[in-house]
Amino acid sequence: MMITSRNTAKAALFLILTFFSAASLWLLLEAEFLAITLILIYVGAVMVLFMFVIKMLDTDQSTLRAQFTRYLPLGIFVSIIVIAQIVLVLNAGQFDIAMTGIPEKHDASYSNITAIAEQLYTLYVYPFELAAILLLIAIIAAITLVHRNESRSKKQNISEQINVQAKDRMRIVSIKPKSAKESK
Amino acid sequence: MIALSDYLILSSIVFCIGLAGIFINRTNIIMLLMCVELILAAVNTNFIAFSYYGGDLAGQIFVFFILTVAAAEVAIGLAILTLMFRSRGSIDIDVTNTLKG
Repeated sequence: MMITSRNTAKAALFLILTFFSAASLWLLLEAEFLAITLILIYVGAVMVLFMFVIKMLDTDQSTLRAQFTRYLPLGIFVSIIVIAQIVLVLNAGQFDIAMTGIPEKHDASYSNITAIAEQLYTLYVYPFELAAILLLIAIIAAITLVHRNESRSKKQNISEQINVQAKDRMRIVSIKPKSAKESK
Repeated sequence: MIALSDYLILSSIVFCIGLAGIFINRTNIIMLLMCVELILAAVNTNFIAFSYYGGDLAGQIFVFFILTVAAAEVAIGLAILTLMFRSRGSIDIDVTNTLKG
């Protein structure tokens, strides 16, 4: 539904629906922190950014649609092959997937956030800080990419200021004195 | 009760939908970015399923970092997209072949 949608904005909405269902699956898998993070960050921030860009860049849909049917058989063919391969591998029994029992549920006092935080701040503290630095770099990169050569900026051009000539700044206009009749 | 292989098959199907989306919408960069997001969601579901059934919390930590990197990637990708639209007036991928030798 998402990949074949005619409108890019509709495709983004379908992607949001997909994220919601993925988050509910993660809730079933007792990953509550990540499910809430997915909804907050992806639906709340990333997809809003997508919608902004989609609405801002009003693309010409007709030229994009012309290419659609050209690659449709190739896309379906590749995806069917990959699905068949993955299902075959999963059913081959190589990984003892069927033998993996269902783990027992945690009791009500178990907190997923506490468990993740204990791991994250002890064992994975350096990757955590690296992720923070990565996000900082991403912020700076995105801002500098968009704000480069901004025409509204008040940046000084030093050589232009030094080499300025008097005729660039000052205009001598000769004004005839008005006669007494006209001033009445 | 849902078994592990059900999660794996579901996430492989979602993965392949994203892959087919990349093939189908290969002229629209916004759609390409969204298909990459779909693929990442599928992979994250895989990670969390293995983390739950394996009883190891490292999978969830890894998904956390994947989410971080994906957010950064989307921010920079959309910034580049905006720049490209500003300079070329289009986001068609066929226009972006000025680098060819």
